[in-house]
Amino acid sequence: MTTVIAHWSHDNRKRAESILASYPERRSAIMPLLYVASLEHDYVTSDAMRDVAALIGITPVQVQSVASFYTMFKRSRVGDYLVSVCTSISCYLVGADDVLSAVENLVEGGRDDAGEDASISVEHVECLGACGGAPAVQVNYELIEGVTPEKAEALIGWLRATSPEVVLADEMQQLFGGRRSFDWGPSEAEGATRPLPAFGPYGSARECR
Amino acid sequence: MTDKILTVRMDAYPSDSHKLHRYVGTGGYEALRKALTEMSRDEIVEEVKVSNMRGRGGAGFPTGVKWGFLAPSEPRYLVINCDESEPGTFNDRQLTERDPHQLLEGIVISSYALGVNHAFVYIRGEYPKAARRMQSAVEEAYEAGYLGEDILGSGFSLDVTLHLGGGAYICGEETALLNSLEGRRGEPRLKPPFPAIEGLYGKPTIVNNVESISNIPWITVNGGAAYAAIGPERSAGTKMLSISGHVKEPGNYEIVMGMTWRELIYEIGGGIRDDRALKAWIPGGASAPWFVPDEHLDTLVTIEDVAANGSMIGAGAVVVMDETTNVVAAAHRIVRFFAHESCGQCTPCREGTFWLEAVLKRILNGGGRPEDIDLLLSISDNISPGLVWPPAMTTICPLGPSAVSPVTSITRWFRPEIEAMISMREVAVV
Ligand SMILES: Cc1cc2nc3c(=O)[nH]c(=O)nc-3n(C[C@H](O)[C@H](O)[C@H](O)COP(=O)(O)O)c2cc1C
Ligand code: SF4
Ligand code: FES
Repeated sequence: MTTVIAHWSHDNRKRAESILASYPERRSAIMPLLYVASLEHDYVTSDAMRDVAALIGITPVQVQSVASFYTMFKRSRVGDYLVSVCTSISCYLVGADDVLSAVENLVEGGRDDAGEDASISVEHVECLGACGGAPAVQVNYELIEGVTPEKAEALIGWLRATSPEVVLADEMQQLFGGRRSFDWGPSEAEGATRPLPAFGPYGSARECR
Repeated sequence: MTDKILTVRMDAYPSDSHKLHRYVGTGGYEALRKALTEMSRDEIVEEVKVSNMRGRGGAGFPTGVKWGFLAPSEPRYLVINCDESEPGTFNDRQLTERDPHQLLEGIVISSYALGVNHAFVYIRGEYPKAARRMQSAVEEAYEAGYLGEDILGSGFSLDVTLHLGGGAYICGEETALLNSLEGRRGEPRLKPPFPAIEGLYGKPTIVNNVESISNIPWITVNGGAAYAAIGPERSAGTKMLSISGHVKEPGNYEIVMGMTWRELIYEIGGGIRDDRALKAWIPGGASAPWFVPDEHLDTLVTIEDVAANGSMIGAGAVVVMDETTNVVAAAHRIVRFFAHESCGQCTPCREGTFWLEAVLKRILNGGGRPEDIDLLLSISDNISPGLVWPPAMTTICPLGPSAVSPVTSITRWFRPEIEAMISMREVAVV
């Protein structure tokens, strides 16, 4: 049973097929397909969930029940740049709340659609697994460690001024970061093109450009 | 004596420790060759048993013993837990980003030993770089014949699928993870049945942590006895500790257990920032009861010594708090995490974490009442009866009881400070 989602791009249809083929049972493909559907629909819209349901052969309500469990499947539109500030314990201990306020002061109400070039959404999140480089921030899930309130403000200014097409962790770390949890190794040319994790099979810069 | 196993390559070759050529150039995949050509499946399981390696994901269950429980029916699955989301932990991220082939070789050897032909790696959604590095490693390994059909001409075949999480801490709990991997809500299952009997798709499944499996190539090459000889008997091998908070040198450290907490915090962690006084530390991640300097600085950093003192090493996250820390605020921050991450299946956890958060917040905001400390303890007792550690489980998973740890810690060690905060309420409100 292969349902073709006719309005999806060729790349995303191929991606969906290979995802479905990676699991012994089709239902396992819900989460990765929700990421791919977010590429098509910008976020997890009702249409996105309907597409995923059709691909798997279950009802849209079943897909919705799964999607609503996970915070990364966004049910409403977020900005071009999703800025996630960790305020969990290790980051809290070294000033994460000040980083969050600095960013929130620049982006009213956590949302900013006014900018000509870039729209920015801000959220505070739980531990990003970067506690040794606290406070930690992600932009479209690409990490920056050792961020100060001043650097966080500069980051927002930079996103607005340059509207980077690809968000690169190494570049942002260089510009706005400080101490890291560990040596990251060589810098990477791959990053995020939208507020979704940039991971090859589900939306990397390498495949989506 | 060997003092490092997992981080040797990444330290020596920072620029390309994640690439296949470097991995193979430094002896990589020789363990797999040895396993496939010289060892039977049972011999590998036996070496892992002999190694005494205890699972690194938090529960500390001996890996070889768990493997021995795997039911014989087919198919069987191996699932690697790279959901690492416990506040304070960041060592699986380093192992996955910096030495993905070490993990992958461990996966192939373990799969062979367990009779598994399809393994999964569940990576938290906020770790796209770890996922990319792992994906590249998987592609390189298929290309080179370390994955896929008839690996190294042995007749053994294995496929590996990476699965990205969706931002839910509870999916680190192994049965929630399996539900998530099946395309369901990440809600923990009642145990028994344990995954080794009925796991993924109801089939026998082993779930292991990234660090646990990254040790398998070394154990295969050097033997279980050599591993068991490292460090204290019941805390054998090396352990990755993530140190964060108010220390001068936060970071991941691969250590041999058995030193004191004083040595760990003041020598390895570099001491307290600005040379302030140490107030408390969490020895094993947000779930663990806290330690305090008057009682625990000379306690040993071993799984059993920490357990004997009413806490746990868990996944190895040490969070250090100096004298400036507002312990009520710190406890609130941790409880808030658990309240947010509760999956909601069990009433004591869902309601209890909500109320713990609310009461701590009230105290913080200057609205604390004299009866609030008792109230906190009574809510805690409803979630974790008797307030013992390890908890007397009345919930489906240990998340609920974990939320109680910071509360019992501050009421035990810092009660006068909370009382002062409550009695200052008029001052605070003005
Ligand atoms: C709430 C909760 C969260 C957990 N999160 C993780 C995790 O992120 N990574 C992990 O390896 N184990 C985690 N565990 C432990 C797993 O349930 C399981 O014991 C472990 O993955 C088994 O691997 P090991 O035997 O190699 O340690 C968690 C457990 C609980 C109760
Ligand atoms: S204890 Fe909490 S997180 Fe665990 S299953 Fe129950 S409600 Fe869910
Ligand atoms: S607490 Fe912020 S990254 Fe872990």
